[in-house]
Amino acid sequence: MLEAAKLMAQPETALTGVTVLDLSENIAGPYCGRLLADYGAEVIKVERPGTGDASRRLGPFFHDEPHPDKGGLFLHLNANKRSVALDLRSAAGRRLFLRLVEEVDVVVESFPPTAMQSLGLDYERLREVNPALIVASISNFGQTGPYRDFSSAEIVTYAMGGPMYATGLAEREPMKLGGNILQYQAGAAAAAATAIAHWTAEETGVGEHLDLSLMRVQASNQDRRTTMMIAYQYTGEVCKRRGQVAQRLASGVRPCSDGYLHLIGDHARFPLIVEMIGQPELLEDPRFKEPADRAVPGRGEEFDEYLIPWMLERTKREAFLKAQNHRIPSGPINSADDVLEETNFRDRGVWDTVAHPATGPIVDAGRPFIMERTPWRRERAAPRLGEHNREVLSGLLGLTAEEIGRLRQGGVI
Amino acid sequence: MTARPGRLPLEGVRVLDLTVVWAGPHATQLLADWGAEVVRVESTQVIQPNTRGRLVNVPRDLAGRNSGWSNAYPDGEPGERHWNRFAIFQSHARNKLSMTVDLRRPEGVEIFHRLLQVSDVFIENNVPETIEKLGLTYQELIKERPDLIMLRMPAYGLDGPYKNYRSFGTQLECTAGHTWLRGYADMDPSHLDDVYMGDAAGGVSGAFAVMLALRHRRRTGKGQLIELPQAENFLPYLGETILDYTMNGRIQGPLGNRHRFMAPHGVYRCQGEDRWVTIAVGSDEEWRGLCRAMGDPEWCHESRFATGLGRWKQQELLDGYIASWTGERSGEETMGVLQAHGVAAGAVLDDRDIYQDPHMQAQEYFQELVHEDAGTHSYPGLMWTAKNTPNRLRTPPCRLGEHNEYVYKKLLAVSGEDYTELERAGHIGTGFGGHLG
Repeated sequence: MLEAAKLMAQPETALTGVTVLDLSENIAGPYCGRLLADYGAEVIKVERPGTGDASRRLGPFFHDEPHPDKGGLFLHLNANKRSVALDLRSAAGRRLFLRLVEEVDVVVESFPPTAMQSLGLDYERLREVNPALIVASISNFGQTGPYRDFSSAEIVTYAMGGPMYATGLAEREPMKLGGNILQYQAGAAAAAATAIAHWTAEETGVGEHLDLSLMRVQASNQDRRTTMMIAYQYTGEVCKRRGQVAQRLASGVRPCSDGYLHLIGDHARFPLIVEMIGQPELLEDPRFKEPADRAVPGRGEEFDEYLIPWMLERTKREAFLKAQNHRIPSGPINSADDVLEETNFRDRGVWDTVAHPATGPIVDAGRPFIMERTPWRRERAAPRLGEHNREVLSGLLGLTAEEIGRLRQGGVI
Repeated sequence: MTARPGRLPLEGVRVLDLTVVWAGPHATQLLADWGAEVVRVESTQVIQPNTRGRLVNVPRDLAGRNSGWSNAYPDGEPGERHWNRFAIFQSHARNKLSMTVDLRRPEGVEIFHRLLQVSDVFIENNVPETIEKLGLTYQELIKERPDLIMLRMPAYGLDGPYKNYRSFGTQLECTAGHTWLRGYADMDPSHLDDVYMGDAAGGVSGAFAVMLALRHRRRTGKGQLIELPQAENFLPYLGETILDYTMNGRIQGPLGNRHRFMAPHGVYRCQGEDRWVTIAVGSDEEWRGLCRAMGDPEWCHESRFATGLGRWKQQELLDGYIASWTGERSGEETMGVLQAHGVAAGAVLDDRDIYQDPHMQAQEYFQELVHEDAGTHSYPGLMWTAKNTPNRLRTPPCRLGEHNEYVYKKLLAVSGEDYTELERAGHIGTGFGGHLG
């Protein structure tokens, strides 16, 4: 229930008292909403009746059975939220939505840029009913500009905003990153933007309309792109994909007996690497003695004749621990099963088990960060479509059971 | 409650910044962009690798043209004051201030404590033992500043088996499971180059976390410690992969440029040298749009391409057909035609292309900044915009010690005499050298 007394009884969280209407679908917007919910906001997911969030239809599904409550992506991104199924295409639905807007602090939306306006629910309209409202609009290319109405996808965002041109091998095609991580990143950026805007809104009563473009978030990321763009400005050189032959000295991915380890052993760390493999005499070898010797093309391959046999005698985990004992930045290339088995993650309690009625308990990634006084929380599994219609409409708007019944009959909820 | 026209949201918030490389600096950059006074606490005695440069004396041949982004300097010249010209540093240091102090000496630590008294937030992303050795842990600092907000961003944690493990973004992404999912599906992982999405993720989360703590302090008067292990912060970005394993026991592997269910989906060669366009087709409607854009060739109507599943199964064949069409036009033209038919498509933009991109220009994304040691250049701008709060990059990347006078004399009320003494002792300075210990 959303009654004030119940809220008062809750322990103080970082976002105590903040209510969010999350209209967003797929990944970026829902991840923003999840971050806000996980740190204490009351997040109400507003879904279209019948179908709900598009990610309900995306896998991977629990036991590979397609079902709107069994999609792994949906379950992961919508925990801690409540769901109201509300038809924004109907006039009654929009009236109800505007009443909800009066009561909340934040609206997160990821519609195509002109959609809110064509529903008559653009920022100017929403601020009339709630001047302190934050609207976080997340879109492919932003609310303005010639690409405003373009379609996009993870790979398109990386091509245009990110450093895809410089990712992969020179001999081959540019390569995207794994999974859907750029969309998550845009969601996290939206959460940061929302929290910054809310800091002011809470003090001044003046709200904000935030424009988050997936392309622009990528272009602004500290994953090489900003540095590459500045390097281009400074030198006139465009960063390109690296040739396969140029093996960096003791750096990059190397094979172990059961997989691969990434390590950085060049420059100042070279003495640590020769110590690690038990061949300190290589420091006196004229091929490796001075930084200039080690920078000669082909030295990486020559040194691999010493490094790789050492690696192949060890599992990636053994090599990882050895490398770290020698203060060498390194990481084992883990697949999902390895990640779940990592002692560090397990011992630190990063995994969270959430029980959804449709699936039973499922292990998921938990807190992204630990706050000493206002902890991350996981209070409920992702909602069924419209699961909280009654609770939200009576709790937040004070509608009676009779009024809610009429809305249901009219297909509004 | 009063409006604050013309003010940025975080004006009045002061952040002490002891961050290195990218992830921590990215967090403070976002706070600085939105108005926080971020004071970088730096040293004239120790050059932080990958922060102000690699070495105090940069060999000319390490930094010439073609040295890549990781060692780029204006005109390929490190120059006399190369620590103010290093591209990695310049990528995040706009809107920030720089002061210098040697934290390895007791009087340096004393100065840091005094700074803390006039600051709200302290952010660092060093190996945990570095902060412990300096005596700058949360437990120590709250003795004198009980309402401190401190954000620490270790690779793996402030405790636990990997506490002091060394890592850049690229290695912690290996441990967290991202690296296994990327790269050419027909090659083993030893071909993989380095990416740093872990840094980008840590930076954005860090800024979010600080805002949560600031709000809590405003409501309760209480500060707190935030522990943001960058590897753990990255795990939720891989949620569906993790759940596929925990729900179904399935271990997902690399897909290259392909997609779990979309097809065609990939990067296609265009006219010109090393020019490419990305295309992603999900629905039947998008497929029909793609066919129309290509002039409805006969093969589009083959029955094996009639359904999404059919197209997914025949994607290699499809890719060949599509590449023969894209190969005859430019990436930008292909993108335009496909988008006009409702198909998600984007040219692969290199560093020159994105500066010339009409969309980024229309949004005025890039901004020219004049920098005393680096010259005048156009820099990447703000990550997002806010309608009621017009905002632009305000100051160029901070030069080492550029704001010593302001920080020491104005914030700490240090006398002119003491200032000179601190200069002589190598705390205050604008360059490396003379006192290297």
